Amino acid sequence: MTAFSTIKTLESGAIKGDATVPGVSQKELSEKSGSPAQGHGAHVQIDGLQHRYKGTAANCLQDLNFKVDAGQIVALVGRSGCGKSTLLHLIAGLMQPSVGGVYINGNRVKSTCPRWVVMFQAPSLFPWMTVAQNAALGLRFAGRTSEIAKRVPALLELVGLTAFADRNVQDLSGGQQQRVALARSLATQPDLLLLDEPFSALDAFTRRALQQDVRRIAKELGLTVVLVTHDITEAAIMADRALIMAPDPGRIVTDTPLAPGPERHRDSPEFEAERARLSTLFEATA
Amino acid sequence: MTDAALSQSDQLRSDATKARIAMLQGWLRSLAIGALGLAILGAFWALGGWYIAQSPGMFAFAQLAPLPTLERLWDMAQRGEIWHMSAPSLNRVGWGLGFAILIGVPMGILIGRLAWLRDLSNAPFQLLRMISPLSWMPIAIMAFATWDAAIIFLIFVASVWPIMFATAAGVKRIDPAWLKVSRNLGANPLHMLFYVILPAIAQDIMTGIRLALGIAWVVLVPAEYLGVSSGLGFAINDARDSLDYARLGATVLVIGVIGYALDSLCLLAIKRFSWLRSDT
Repeated sequence: MTAFSTIKTLESGAIKGDATVPGVSQKELSEKSGSPAQGHGAHVQIDGLQHRYKGTAANCLQDLNFKVDAGQIVALVGRSGCGKSTLLHLIAGLMQPSVGGVYINGNRVKSTCPRWVVMFQAPSLFPWMTVAQNAALGLRFAGRTSEIAKRVPALLELVGLTAFADRNVQDLSGGQQQRVALARSLATQPDLLLLDEPFSALDAFTRRALQQDVRRIAKELGLTVVLVTHDITEAAIMADRALIMAPDPGRIVTDTPLAPGPERHRDSPEFEAERARLSTLFEATA
Repeated sequence: MTDAALSQSDQLRSDATKARIAMLQGWLRSLAIGALGLAILGAFWALGGWYIAQSPGMFAFAQLAPLPTLERLWDMAQRGEIWHMSAPSLNRVGWGLGFAILIGVPMGILIGRLAWLRDLSNAPFQLLRMISPLSWMPIAIMAFATWDAAIIFLIFVASVWPIMFATAAGVKRIDPAWLKVSRNLGANPLHMLFYVILPAIAQDIMTGIRLALGIAWVVLVPAEYLGVSSGLGFAINDARDSLDYARLGATVLVIGVIGYALDSLCLLAIKRFSWLRSDT
């Protein structure tokens, strides 16, 4: 048994195959990778944001103002087309808003940065690379190649893919590929993880395991997370707070904290009550 | 390592062994089928040689039959004549193809990435592409100081288009999500080029080079009819003029074998660079 696998987590050992993830504390990950612990997530502020796509007459996002505290997991919940993914792209710096701004730790976002990374619906791994090479890509781009040898094995252990390090990513299942994408996103030690419906293409069993694992990992690493989803249950499992969006134009209509019980078990009465409350709010406002 | 991880590792090794055995079986099957195809070609050649030998009007060409040709080929091989006639041709094709790759790949990437350049260049490039490379021969002779340079130019003109268009087509097919993810991970334009674009289109570039090599090899022989006194094209011309038909047949065989070998190398390179599981 390695030092990593001795750390107890919510789900480790409970689920096999895709879902098995040995737990690794941030302290141990940092010690093994030789990198400083993150400890603090990013503070995000959306200030008077509006957005309109070129060639369209109306705004797709209108008057958005909210803050996300460091280390908080926030779910953006809404129906298809309400602008959730557009908002996430704006936060990531992949696009610039027409009006207003996005501020991370007080600095206006003008472009992409390895400190805030997006996990997309499709893992979009590079099929000519191995699992380890994919996971190391952000470090390579950042010129931190000396960290690869220590950090990548620790990350692969974190997501339960140590045995697959030298395999081509095409040999992996959908869930395993999404785990590689998670390792790749975490490699540069971001403060903010932006999740764009990253589990929607997975089967229910794998999705459930990943939802719990990503929340656990984010909490262990102290990351701030913004999750885009149209799945009420997913929001209740993963998030500390939900922002419900309505379309035409995209806007936030409800901002509510989530408290589905300490264990966040789907079968617990607290979870079911919180999920039902969120569902009712969603139906009433979205 | 935990028991579960060890068991997973054993399973992976077992899968890899099975995959290697299946690959070997496939390779042997392909080899056997290829040998059968060559045997059928040889049979047709022997039949043609026999027919020519029996025809009074074509008796002079009887040396083109397999036996005299292969005897002459053996003789040429022993005297180093094959290398002597092939080396200059390979050198010219190498230079011509090299220039075509140097120009064709960057241009193809730019055409694939920049819509305005694609629109601007489409008509002139398609027009130039449709001009037979050999029709540039008189211009090449006037434009270049040496015969060698003129031949290399003709090979370049023949080769550049397949490489450029295959590269551009590959770039257009790149999954936009890869570029978005790379930007998100902090890639600069050079990272994009060397870690994403070139690996993504390597197989397309190699396919273009394979097509270009085929055309270049075909263009080479008539191009070497120009003033040079070396190379496979010159050897063909010389054998014809000296009525040495066994040598002519042997030279034709050498051209075919080298062309086939080069094509096979390109095919190996395509397989090497192909990252799609279904292609390998």
